Amino acid sequence: MSDAATPITGNMPLDELIVCPQCDAAYRLRKPEKGERAVCQRCHKVLIAPRHKAGKQIIAVSIAVVVLIIAASVFPFLSISAAGRSNAVSILDAALSFTEGPLLVLSLLTAGFIIFVPLLRMLLTIYVLVPVVLDRPPARHAIRAFRLSEAMRPWSMAEIFALGCAVALVKVADLATVDFGPAFWMFGVLVVLVIVQDGYLCKWSVWNSLEHPKKS
Amino acid sequence: MEFAGTSKKVITAREAGLVACTRCNRAWPISHSRCGRCGAKLVSRDAKSLQRVWALWIVGFICYIPANIYPMLRTRQLFQVDESTIIGGAVDLAHHGTMGIAAIIIFASVVIPLGKFWAIAFLAVTIRATEGAAAHRKLWLYEMVEYIGRWSMIDIFVVAILSALVQLRGLATITPGPAAFFFALSVIFTMLSAQAFDPRMIWNGLPNEDEAPDHA
Repeated sequence: MSDAATPITGNMPLDELIVCPQCDAAYRLRKPEKGERAVCQRCHKVLIAPRHKAGKQIIAVSIAVVVLIIAASVFPFLSISAAGRSNAVSILDAALSFTEGPLLVLSLLTAGFIIFVPLLRMLLTIYVLVPVVLDRPPARHAIRAFRLSEAMRPWSMAEIFALGCAVALVKVADLATVDFGPAFWMFGVLVVLVIVQDGYLCKWSVWNSLEHPKKS
Repeated sequence: MEFAGTSKKVITAREAGLVACTRCNRAWPISHSRCGRCGAKLVSRDAKSLQRVWALWIVGFICYIPANIYPMLRTRQLFQVDESTIIGGAVDLAHHGTMGIAAIIIFASVVIPLGKFWAIAFLAVTIRATEGAAAHRKLWLYEMVEYIGRWSMIDIFVVAILSALVQLRGLATITPGPAAFFFALSVIFTMLSAQAFDPRMIWNGLPNEDEAPDHA
């Protein structure tokens, strides 16, 4: 296919333009056809990547993630035993394990990165997308909600925590026997779903539908 | 690839007398100071961005020093207390024969952070590219820094999991050391530093006509 974005010529209405946030190149807006993506000609940043029925899929995945996050943070996550002694922890325990002095701040940050930020992002996404999918006017403060959700994107670290688990398990392996709790498997599924949700979500399409509710 | 290599002239929003919203990619007349769609602050080129980048970079770097001097983990096994720093812990792992995990730790806690400090400093010093290929290389570096920076948090999560899990009284306990706090701060500040960077400045010194064709 040719480029989905054409450089601008002369005067045109501003809402028919799209500008690359990475290199400031301006293009005339042409919504990509099915299966296409609009990519910046100069810096190759993906500008628009719509998916058919993405809204409903994202909502479904988000709801699943919310349930999984809540369940995974309550149920036992890992347990170890050695010489008759054992200890089981949930994800919340792991996140809140820094307890002395300034390390307490670290506890709150960790809990935020692995539980609350992902949870809040999912809830905000559901809140913003449900009216859009139902062809209703945007929810109150939908713009602010989506902005917050986007701002939190880099701080959602569930997948990093998952790799951290793998490393920790190897470290513990020669010290004690490790058993996986139900939350461990939930968390595994959750990480995959978070990544799927992130891949489906086209930022531009959401902003556009918040601006022109009925059109899309 | 989504489009064939073209060497069409790219017009930037600034040249067209417009200012772009970097959050939702909408274009506005250059006199606007706030995006009417998503409410983001509009700046054609963020001139103060480099100051913020450097300020956060310095804080991050200062935090990285105690992160390597103080112990990250205190392991108490029977009567023996063992304190290990980030590098010391990785060296221990390597001695135990788990080279892969040692490599992950060294990579996430030493190579990535140092690489990030270097990359952000390099970008901030030589911000403007003078030819297309250099701009693409710089943008690639910027995208790498943005993408990979969060993964440094892995060591913090490992410490969190270990110190929550390994609490076998009288047998073995693991508690976090002060380095964990400084390391987390260092990662957070370098992430903020990278976020403060305005990649549009990379393309500023570039003459548009001989824009290099697709070769990223």
